[in-house]
Amino acid sequence: MSSPGASGTATRVSRIAGTERIVDVLAPLVAVLAAFLVGGLVVAAIGESPLRFYSTLFRGAFANADSVGLVLFNATPLIFAGLAVAFAFRAGLFNIGGEGQLYIGSFVCTWVALQLPGAPRVLLIPVLILASAAGGGLWAAIPGYLKARLGVHEVINTIMMNFIAVGLTSYLVINIFKEAGQMTPQTATIPIAGELPRLAYFFQSLGVPLPAANPLNVSFLIALAAVWLAWFILHRTTLGYEIRAVGHNASAAECAGINVRRTLVLAMLLSGAFAGLVATNEVMGFRHRFLDNFSSGIGFMGIAVALLGRNSPFGVLFAALLFGVLNTGALEVDLFTDVPRELILVVQAVTIILVVVGNEIVRRRREGGATSRRRSEATAIGQDGSAEAS
Amino acid sequence: MRKLTFLVLPLVLLSLVVTGCRQSTPSQDADVFKVGMVFDVGGKGDKSFNDSAYRGLLRVADDFEIEHREFEPGQDADRETGLRKLAQAGFDVIIGVGFLFSDSIRSVAADYPDVRFACVDFDTRPNEQLPDNLVGLVFREEEGSFLVGVVAGLKSKTGRVGFIGGMDVPLIHRFEAGYIAGARYANPAVSVTVGYAGSTPQAFADPAKGKELAMLQYGRGVDVIYHASGNTGIGVIEAARETGNFAIGVDSNQNYMAPGYVLTSMVKRVDNAVYAVVLEALENRFEGGVEELGLAEDGVGYAMDDYNAGLISEDMVEMVEAARMKIIAGEIDVPRE
Repeated sequence: MSSPGASGTATRVSRIAGTERIVDVLAPLVAVLAAFLVGGLVVAAIGESPLRFYSTLFRGAFANADSVGLVLFNATPLIFAGLAVAFAFRAGLFNIGGEGQLYIGSFVCTWVALQLPGAPRVLLIPVLILASAAGGGLWAAIPGYLKARLGVHEVINTIMMNFIAVGLTSYLVINIFKEAGQMTPQTATIPIAGELPRLAYFFQSLGVPLPAANPLNVSFLIALAAVWLAWFILHRTTLGYEIRAVGHNASAAECAGINVRRTLVLAMLLSGAFAGLVATNEVMGFRHRFLDNFSSGIGFMGIAVALLGRNSPFGVLFAALLFGVLNTGALEVDLFTDVPRELILVVQAVTIILVVVGNEIVRRRREGGATSRRRSEATAIGQDGSAEAS
Repeated sequence: MRKLTFLVLPLVLLSLVVTGCRQSTPSQDADVFKVGMVFDVGGKGDKSFNDSAYRGLLRVADDFEIEHREFEPGQDADRETGLRKLAQAGFDVIIGVGFLFSDSIRSVAADYPDVRFACVDFDTRPNEQLPDNLVGLVFREEEGSFLVGVVAGLKSKTGRVGFIGGMDVPLIHRFEAGYIAGARYANPAVSVTVGYAGSTPQAFADPAKGKELAMLQYGRGVDVIYHASGNTGIGVIEAARETGNFAIGVDSNQNYMAPGYVLTSMVKRVDNAVYAVVLEALENRFEGGVEELGLAEDGVGYAMDDYNAGLISEDMVEMVEAARMKIIAGEIDVPRE
């Protein structure tokens, strides 16, 4: 780390900021590599070859266009779920209800699609995207309102809302909306006009040999747009400023004239909307129907994704991609090596813990330097010029 | 300098790992007949449905020279991806264990016409024509359940019998419907208590919940419980042992799990079906289509062995056998729901 710049000239400041950026990027990378080393030790401890384990894992994730497509496909719902947690976190809210919100968003999306069998594509797709976001958003706004109005802790309420959402959608699918004559607890398929196209043909036209069967679809692009949107709302709008202010110190924000209650409800609403957008991948992009219990914990993984990405939208993107790599690679390991499935989960978890720990160590060391530097910078340029860290 | 080492060392090691593996990848023998099996929720070791399929696969491996791989998808989308990867890896037969594979296996089978697929508990669609490379195995569980229902109806002293299902889905309702009909056939005055462990696939993998439900039913005077709940049923059998009542096993023969307390088991011969399908593929007489397996085909039945011989009298066996014949002859119409 560079020594604190005492002189505080403009070029010096920007150079330090540049070094910070490099450390920002390198720190997680180093942490990931360290994690792979420890993971390798775990694999070796049960007598399997770490080389074979990791070669299979990386082959699963990077061998060809198909694998990379699967990584992006697996990362897509995690981006939405991670954004949901990160966004609420910026307002000081711990939204553990992503799982429930994505179920409701997906169900509302499917239901709306089934009500509009003849709608044209240009109309149906935007309507369904909005329906997904609205479903998840409104579901999250309930605990948001309870928090803002009555001070009931959002953690307990979002957890309970998860149970309600899973149970409610299960009930509706099994008892009311199940496709006639079928055992599988799923609804009928949505109209073709509501399906998001797969990206295979697009990539093929660019010469990338992504097979037509690859499930990667337009929802991934929506996820990228959502990352940008989350960043834009947080950093370029008044609401985002208010959200961050409330997150830093609600009392101070209130003194400054921010309507804290309204901000909390809106933060939860938007957070849930991001979770609801999981429907664009799971319903509109991949399954084209609502399958009971399809998620298997995407909403909860979102918490890890957000923490790993340090609650910043772009951090969430990279964390989700890492999870995508691990999940896609894990499938390959499970299929083609004798490493037991349980151990793959252990290695995944160890990797994530070490990445979080490594990140934190590097961040603390850097912040230690940054605090002393900021003091001297403050006198020179009169304001905090460095990028926000948390 | 220390920081540099910290940065570079992992990189060096990683590159070693990556390059080292190139050579360590074992050469694939293209001639060996390869069978892949993809499991349902609960997976290998559920002592029930999945294990029954796995036993069939192991029996083939004992009798013939085959290579086999099996795996359990972690997330829903992995079902299709896993099937697809096995097909790409040159597997000859790929078996999906459980109705949740129906949709994925349909689409993968269409993309790989040279690979043979089978799906256990296939979810058929009306008027559907399956491709030549896909067999949908369908069991008439209600017929087997009817027979264990007869056993329960005859054995119960309190006139109260119970049913504990795993996930509350139509497939399991078939077990329930057959069982209730069988119990009423044996004893028209019997009362049946029904419970389900949940509405998610997790309901097939929750022995604690199974035990809790069973304890509740036994506490209310039920003395025979039939479970159709995969791994969850281990708890039901445990509760039978603890309270001195009877349980009826499912899918695999579970009589041995608590000798003296497991009255019988409704066996679903998934193992036989798997064995037969792989054999057909090996001998090049594999044919696509839906295959229904009931009492007549020995696809379902009830288990009699040393463990439960003392629990079921010869008169009872006679009555059950009579019912079996009537079902095969079409004289008893077993309800499906």
